[in-house]
Amino acid sequence: MSTTTLEPSIETHVHYLNVSYGIKSWLLTTDHKRIGLLYLASITLMFFVGGSAAVLMRLHLIEPQGGLVEPETYNKLFTMHGIIMVFFFLIPSIPATLGNFLVPMMLGARDLAFPRLNLMSWYLYMIGAIFTLSAIAAGGVDTGWTLYPPYSSAYSHTHVIMAALGIFIAGFSSILTGFNFIVTIHKMRAPGLTWFRLPLFIWAHYATSVIQILGTPVVAVTIALLALERLFHIGLFDPNVGGDPILFQHLFWFYSHPAVYIMILPGMGVMSELITCFSRKRVFGYSFIAFSSVAIAVLSFLVWGHHMFVTGQSVYAGLVFSALSFMVAIPSAIKVFNWMATLYKGSISYDAPMLYALGFVGLFTMGGVTGLFLSSLAVDVHVHDTYFVIAHFHYIMVGGAVMAYLGGIHFWWPKITGRMYPDGWARFAALVIFVGFNLTFFPQYMLGYLGMPRRYAVYPAEFQVLNVMSSAGASILGIGYLIPLIYLTWSMRYGKVAGPNPWKAKGLEWTTPSPPPTENFEETPVVTEEAYNYSAVGEEA
Amino acid sequence: MWSGFPLRPDQASTIAEGFDHLFYFETAVAIFFATFIFGTIFYFAIKYRRRSDDERPPEIEGSLALELTWTLIPSALCAIMFFWASSLYFTNSRPPTRALEVFVIGKQWMWHLQHAEGPREINELHVPVGRPVKLTMTSEDVIHDFFIPAFRVKHDVVPGQYHSIWFEATKTGKYHFFCAQYCGAQHSGMIGWVYVMSEVDYEQWLTGGAKNESMAASGADLYQKLACITCHGTGRAPAFNGIYGKPVKLTDGQTVTADDAYIRESILNPSAKIVEGYTPIMPTFKGQVSEEELLQLIAFIKSLGTEPQKP
Repeated sequence: MSTTTLEPSIETHVHYLNVSYGIKSWLLTTDHKRIGLLYLASITLMFFVGGSAAVLMRLHLIEPQGGLVEPETYNKLFTMHGIIMVFFFLIPSIPATLGNFLVPMMLGARDLAFPRLNLMSWYLYMIGAIFTLSAIAAGGVDTGWTLYPPYSSAYSHTHVIMAALGIFIAGFSSILTGFNFIVTIHKMRAPGLTWFRLPLFIWAHYATSVIQILGTPVVAVTIALLALERLFHIGLFDPNVGGDPILFQHLFWFYSHPAVYIMILPGMGVMSELITCFSRKRVFGYSFIAFSSVAIAVLSFLVWGHHMFVTGQSVYAGLVFSALSFMVAIPSAIKVFNWMATLYKGSISYDAPMLYALGFVGLFTMGGVTGLFLSSLAVDVHVHDTYFVIAHFHYIMVGGAVMAYLGGIHFWWPKITGRMYPDGWARFAALVIFVGFNLTFFPQYMLGYLGMPRRYAVYPAEFQVLNVMSSAGASILGIGYLIPLIYLTWSMRYGKVAGPNPWKAKGLEWTTPSPPPTENFEETPVVTEEAYNYSAVGEEA
Repeated sequence: MWSGFPLRPDQASTIAEGFDHLFYFETAVAIFFATFIFGTIFYFAIKYRRRSDDERPPEIEGSLALELTWTLIPSALCAIMFFWASSLYFTNSRPPTRALEVFVIGKQWMWHLQHAEGPREINELHVPVGRPVKLTMTSEDVIHDFFIPAFRVKHDVVPGQYHSIWFEATKTGKYHFFCAQYCGAQHSGMIGWVYVMSEVDYEQWLTGGAKNESMAASGADLYQKLACITCHGTGRAPAFNGIYGKPVKLTDGQTVTADDAYIRESILNPSAKIVEGYTPIMPTFKGQVSEEELLQLIAFIKSLGTEPQKP
């Protein structure tokens, strides 16, 4: 496997992209790689729809009295931003695109265990997306992505049911993907690929899949109950008809807290791949990183009450949830320290994926340490439902998950398309995103501490300076996200041919041509070494 | 727009300073770890940058000692934060006895407040400095949240439930309060001011302005008007004297405390909990009494004291 002698032009070999043409060959494909690309196109679209809502919000908030839209419209914008970004971008992002593409390849398998089920999960996602987008087109939803009753069940006059139905359906796509991954990882590993030789990307996806199949049904049930109350006035959550509004929050967060780990765990998996490759080092503390993913998956189900410290849940419940929330911080810290130690005495290069990876570690750390504030009961009372929470969440989800997603896309792009993107532009974009991101969200920590509540269409004038800073940052961030869209699209046609392993990376996916043939491997690979055996790079090159 | 660019919210309650100390401690921990991790990454990234393409770094598998270090040190810091924050939360969760009482009703999109002494306010709250004030809060429609940043207090205002917060202001002045739980179109308009006044000014404010009878007196009027007295004053139903805050034995053998929530439930859904020795004959008053009147009835029952007296 030498990159110098083997440089086929991508036109000369038959691969998953040129094996057949036409819209039908894509819409009826059962190839996990093509389904990954279908997801990539869909979630990219959703990302820019959700992102444009965010841009409008930030423009609106430049003026304290709200410069752009009516409060009703503003409320619909943040609802749309939240629902689309959480349910239609972040949750499917890494698992459904990179995971779909890479899980079988990293395992040395031909496809996922259930290829048709995999295609069905994309169709379910699209049906869900169409429902939710129709709700927006029909006039929008104004409940916030959290859908708290009794507002959502009895007081909102917007298209709650249609949007919720979209979330409900998309949830099944998430369950199917998780199910498919679990079976594939158990049953389809190449000979010699034992559990502790698996890339950490696989461990992270395994943990994610467990949360997806255990957690997602709960949100489906919760949404169904909400629909029963809204449509048929069955008293579940609205006290006027005998319900308990706090019950909804318990059910909702029982899923939606684990869901944030669905969003971040795959990103952590990507990190372990990038950092080892671009420092040419075996990962430090393999089993600690692997088991910390499992620990996160387990603990994630036991911390939902930290969203409810000010709802009137009992003081003792608060104490327990606070303690458990602190505990979930530990496995995340272990990961960060192990990545840091992986760099030690490495051979570090600054290719674009690595810049995203280093950005991830920094921003995720910032998000993590501010999570400690929110786990602290007395502190949470003050910063709960303020911009502090918004900043924390975005540091984890955008600084963490989206950076990891972009890093992963840049890392595996040559594998996916067979072509390289312009490296200078990619590094420049990483830098713009990092700067824009911090300028957008750091001031929001301060706003939250000062007491500015979230979801405010108008706000007192003393908060303006920080809001203007945040809006300025958002415009930089927005441009930062457009740059990769342009050069990645450009590179699909004009990028220079990448060859099978442009990064000299380890892992089975790099042993096959780029783009890979439909069957991935000509013959089933046999694994004889542990993951990230980078000390062998020099010998092979 | 640069006028007033504060870095810290006003510290205007007895708990604000203690809160800020914890907040600064956590900020210091956060800055320490962020700096340490950023710094180390930068240092490694520069020191170990790739110098030639055929470099072969040493193989390092891991280190149990290091793993333990970076597990135990953050765990210890987390334990400190947990106990510190929890003890503050625990202490603050109990209102002091002898607090001034104010009742708060949130509705889309305004705040109705009534002092136990009678005065009503909308989107304003006047309180004296240096005296504990307890707010008992409920909502007429959706979930709201009463948040006073300068006092570091916040609590959801939930329909069908009573929740209390308390504070003791330490500085006279004017402070924002916000609705912090999204409640619909004019959510961000559901804000107001707390006016913290000297004791003298507060007394003047209480006695000046429109004359309102106390909430207990209004409750006593309702007790007559709604004909509660025909049963509760004659022995056909439990008497109210001295029951507030006391345990009540029910027909099913359970014992509950006669608190705000219990009284509310017994008015709106009388057959839910029947006092031992009585029959479920009371009709519901749901739809006949407003949230405000419920609070007045509770204030009336409370005013009858906690010691049983002859009716």
